[in-house]
Amino acid sequence: MYQIDENKVTRKKKRNQKFVFFLFGAMGYFVVALLVLILTFIIYKGASAISWDFITKMPEEGMTKGGIFPAIIGTLCLVAGSMLFAFPIGVLAAIYMNEYVKDGFIKKFIKQMTNNLAGIPSIVFGLFGMSLFVNKLGFGDSILAGSLTLGLLALPVVIRTTEEALKAVDNTFRQASIGLGASKWQTTRRVVLPIAFPNIITGLILSVGRVSGETAPILFTVAAYFLPKLPTSIFDQAMALPYHLYVISTSGTNIEESRPIAYGTALVLVIIVLFTNLLANGLRKYFSKKVKMN
Amino acid sequence: MLSSTVTSLTVLLIVVFLFKEGVGVFDKTAMEEGFVIAINKNNPVDKLSSEQIKNIYDQKIISWEEVGGKKDSIFLFRVDDISNFYTDEQIGENFEMLPYRLSSLVDSFPGVIAFFPEKYLDKNFKGKKLEADKVTLAEFFGGEEWFPTAHPSAQLGVKPLILGTLWVSLGAILLALPLALAAAIYMSEIAKERVRRIMKPLIELLAGIPSVVYGFFGLVVIVPLIQSTFGVAVGETGLAGSIILGIMALPTIITISEDAMRNTPRAMKEASLALGASKWQTIYRVVIPHSISGISAGAILGIGRAIGETMAVLMVTGNAAVIPHGILEPMRTIPATIAAELGEAPNGGLHYKALFALGCVLFIITLFLNLTVEFISNRKKAHKH
Repeated sequence: MYQIDENKVTRKKKRNQKFVFFLFGAMGYFVVALLVLILTFIIYKGASAISWDFITKMPEEGMTKGGIFPAIIGTLCLVAGSMLFAFPIGVLAAIYMNEYVKDGFIKKFIKQMTNNLAGIPSIVFGLFGMSLFVNKLGFGDSILAGSLTLGLLALPVVIRTTEEALKAVDNTFRQASIGLGASKWQTTRRVVLPIAFPNIITGLILSVGRVSGETAPILFTVAAYFLPKLPTSIFDQAMALPYHLYVISTSGTNIEESRPIAYGTALVLVIIVLFTNLLANGLRKYFSKKVKMN
Repeated sequence: MLSSTVTSLTVLLIVVFLFKEGVGVFDKTAMEEGFVIAINKNNPVDKLSSEQIKNIYDQKIISWEEVGGKKDSIFLFRVDDISNFYTDEQIGENFEMLPYRLSSLVDSFPGVIAFFPEKYLDKNFKGKKLEADKVTLAEFFGGEEWFPTAHPSAQLGVKPLILGTLWVSLGAILLALPLALAAAIYMSEIAKERVRRIMKPLIELLAGIPSVVYGFFGLVVIVPLIQSTFGVAVGETGLAGSIILGIMALPTIITISEDAMRNTPRAMKEASLALGASKWQTIYRVVIPHSISGISAGAILGIGRAIGETMAVLMVTGNAAVIPHGILEPMRTIPATIAAELGEAPNGGLHYKALFALGCVLFIITLFLNLTVEFISNRKKAHKH
């Protein structure tokens, strides 16, 4: 009779498992290593380019010297503009969807549309922004057109994070408030929003990080290669960090000489992303502690 | 209420504007505006496609027989050649006699094909003016050349661009998928909670890095690396694009498939372990089959991200609009084409509309991928209940 050597089978199983797990672990760490590699490379190369002058001076001598001040200002304007547009609309839309609409066709439809909006490639937003804001509405290449385009891009992100924040609010809070005789709006404003607030802010900060790095939507709606002075109104063109990096690393006149500037610009972009991420995580932790203490 | 209407309206607006401009390309002729193509009136040919016009102009087609005419060689006449036939006096100081001369020239050569500006078309023109065809869908999707600024007839074949997009994205997903799955399995099933808590935000950080920074990294690190490793003349190849896009697609796939795996009911896993299966057997017989829809959703979204990505690809793939034959050639994707050319395309012209049509193609592809994901996750939900 054939006898199964149990020990042998188990040993083989164990060996297989050990090998596979090692492999998976190695790949997992490889992904993390990729991130660390990219970040350290940018930080290492960019650190020598960054100085106080670099972030406060205008570009000089065909982008080979000087700083990136106007690009930083441009990006700040664009982020502020797009958030002014996307944040109120996004938060209101999320409140409406989560607190007011009943499950059914409309909710499904809006949800589907939001999902679709999130899936549209950023260059298509650029095309749309150019055709509607720049040409049809006649804003021209301007901060206004760029901000609106970026705002549309950020909208689904804001809606999604806000909705998640609202969903996380325990229903008993709502029932208690309604039970005490508060109206729906009072409940939303006095009970639901304050509890969801930290998470909503976290979402806002993350979308700031996202918007500040987007290039494709601003290519044709606002970005300028070089402007001798800062924008003075929302109908002016502006320089922007991501576009600046793109231009000086691919199509500048002195690609080699402007490399240090490119590394520096890349580092500034990475710092913005790191900072917004850390801030968002920090806030999340801070608020969750506070809630627990109460 | 109003605000969520805005969201839905935006999508509809995007569709309307994109398609209004994009469909406009099929309402235009590929011929350069203000130019005329004329042939002898006895020539039986009535129509030429833009590809044929270009080939005649490049003298790749030299006989009328090849385009359905008589057995006669083609005599290509450009308006600049006029001085070979007439003296300056015959043309006139201000070209006032040019229309008449052109007319008689076309009349006297049976095999002639003449390209000249419309303003020199004589009132009693004795030749036959070829009606320029509108751009057709077949030309747009079947044409093998993308050269929208070609003279005198633009070439609007998107095949090289679509193939370029597919090559780069497929390469990216082939690189990213195994890596992402392994990392997801490790994070959800194998790693300790402490390790996971550090890894997850790091991987999410990978998603936050702007695409232009990835592009820059690719340009200064990966492109030279490919150049020296494979000994190719230029490092800006489809492979460089695939690698960068692969890295960019990693966080999407990892996050979504990890979530799916962690949703596997604990009872199922424990049942498997209790039956004597090893942890690895449990993973690939229970956890993976259970979360397969989440994993495929992640993979599809990753492809979607790769297809729509613009800046990184634009910076590293070399942007040659030719049909690719291998991953080590320069390629050009649809989004990169839009980004590279829209700045130079005159507003409202053929080129401009053609780029919007490309935008439509891109929109449809990504919409299709999104709906597929939706379908997969809905089916999963229905299955559960």
